[in-house]
Amino acid sequence: MAEIQLNDICKSFGKTDVIHNVDIDIDDGEFVVFVGPSGCGKSTLLRLIAGLEDITSGELSISNRVVNDFSPKERGIAMVFQSYALYPHLTVYQNMAFGLKIGNKGKEEVKKRVLAAADALQLTDYLKRRPAQLSGGQRQRVAIGRAIVRKPEVFLFDEPLSNLDAALRVQTRLEIAKLHQDLKTTIVYVTHDQVEAMTLADKIVVLRNGRVEQVGVPLELYHNPANVFVAGFIGSPKMNFIRGEIKHIEKSNCEVKLECGESVMLELDVDQKYRNEKVTIGIRPEHLVLDGENRFKIKSKVEVAEHLGDITYIYSKQKNNNQLIISMAGTRDFKVNDDIEVSAPLKHIHLFNENGERL
Amino acid sequence: MFKAKSTLGATAVHTVLISYTILALWPIFLIIINSFKTRKAIFREPMGFPSIDTFSLIGFEKVIAKSNFLICFYNSIVVTVVTLVVVLLIGAMAAWALSEYKFRGNTLLSLYLAIGIMVPIRLGSVSILQLIVDLNLTNTLTALVLVYTAQSLPLAIFILSEFMRQIPNDLKEAARCDGVSEYIIFFRIILPLTRPAIATVGVFSMVPIWNDLWFPLILAPSTKTQTITLGIQQFIGQYVTDWNAVLASLTMAIVPVLIIYLILSKQLIRGITAGAVK
Repeated sequence: MAEIQLNDICKSFGKTDVIHNVDIDIDDGEFVVFVGPSGCGKSTLLRLIAGLEDITSGELSISNRVVNDFSPKERGIAMVFQSYALYPHLTVYQNMAFGLKIGNKGKEEVKKRVLAAADALQLTDYLKRRPAQLSGGQRQRVAIGRAIVRKPEVFLFDEPLSNLDAALRVQTRLEIAKLHQDLKTTIVYVTHDQVEAMTLADKIVVLRNGRVEQVGVPLELYHNPANVFVAGFIGSPKMNFIRGEIKHIEKSNCEVKLECGESVMLELDVDQKYRNEKVTIGIRPEHLVLDGENRFKIKSKVEVAEHLGDITYIYSKQKNNNQLIISMAGTRDFKVNDDIEVSAPLKHIHLFNENGERL
Repeated sequence: MFKAKSTLGATAVHTVLISYTILALWPIFLIIINSFKTRKAIFREPMGFPSIDTFSLIGFEKVIAKSNFLICFYNSIVVTVVTLVVVLLIGAMAAWALSEYKFRGNTLLSLYLAIGIMVPIRLGSVSILQLIVDLNLTNTLTALVLVYTAQSLPLAIFILSEFMRQIPNDLKEAARCDGVSEYIIFFRIILPLTRPAIATVGVFSMVPIWNDLWFPLILAPSTKTQTITLGIQQFIGQYVTDWNAVLASLTMAIVPVLIIYLILSKQLIRGITAGAVK
């Protein structure tokens, strides 16, 4: 059983604070993904859990033991590094057995575990090779194998796929997902790629500048982002943002004057105090439709259309040069500077206040 | 055009390198060919190869007949090997400590050791002699090992700590996550990975120790503790010099260094070019 609790964790490097009062609860067997742009502190947070950095203040517990002062090995974790961190002078077998031999496991036991892991990761044919003789994907699997053989309570992954090419990334992603289904171990996984986060996670933690922006299951973050940052970060292509000002508020109806000059009526229950407040409307590209019968309608001009066969992405501009991306199924011909009218059903419209928080 | 230019450049470079090699190897070549000749032949035709008439092993016979020459040989090997082991072990450990761990005075200590590279140890000969006398270590090999260790350590630490800094942090952290102790990280990961650097330091430390005449002369000149460089001097007299013996002993003195060099050279070449190629 390995639950992880982060209580009010702070980390400073000298005078620079990089992690601010982070609280996260991770359940046993959960696959948690820390996601955020580079420099948001997600790797630092992982290293704090691993015990590779000292926690400045706050309390970290794994399996209900406070582990602040524990060394990495006492925490029962295994970490997979972005650079794989394989020992170049040892063979694949020796790499995987290294931590076990040190731990004074019997020779038979070591062999059994390494062979089992190698089998699971399709590395059996490569056990005698050195890391330099392996491809990127194979090296990544060795790194994962080295973590598996130790049977840790918690796996920590630090951007494990970012050195792989696109096809291999998808494949390895699936392997990691399968691995989690088989082992049912707690996994903390760091990535800057929201697709990895969406596909792998039971729970996503979105971080920005060392603060937790939102915690939730992937679809929760997708459908109900807590703020503009999460809304923009989760989902690809990015959510469209249209800025405007609330003019009138009536019973469950409010009129927003957009910066492009148009006005739209939103069927939303908004407090009277928000009158004359600056707001941001967020709509995902896949929720915008052309010539729809919705009340929310805006005009735009086509700039570029990308035809992917199954999907067409239309990059368009409003009058005030605000970009709108529309994603529509199938193909349709567009010319540059075509005028289009896009609309969206009200249930897919997100409204954020001036500070970027959801209304 | 480009090709012609590069061929020309390559020729020029090779000409320079080859002339330098000939220049450097010429004395050694002379020593070796003359050590296999009779005394008369050495003087009559110093540049000539040994022929059937002039071939003679008299030099080697004389050298080996002198029983203390083998002792000299043994002394030199003991001093060099023991010093190398001590220097490489202590040097690598110190380099690891200085490059990996943060502690108060780290930079100051590195600087202090770097100064050791710049100050020639022979400047301290008088104090070293006094110290060795006070420690009752005159005429012992221990004295030589201690002095040579002191002489070689600064450069060893300097070079090795630079190399150790280049070892990716992830490797050490991966090992720490695996629950590996710091000693095992050092001996099983860091040392194997710095092997080229260690070979480089080994060769660079070995040559001056093997060739040194000064410290054996002032610290351990007794017959029992003479090193080879000192042993050779016995054939050079004020009035008569036994050239056969001198040249033969010099030839024999080259052999162990050559063997150690050949063992280390594969590593050494990798070591010297390690930074350049990547």
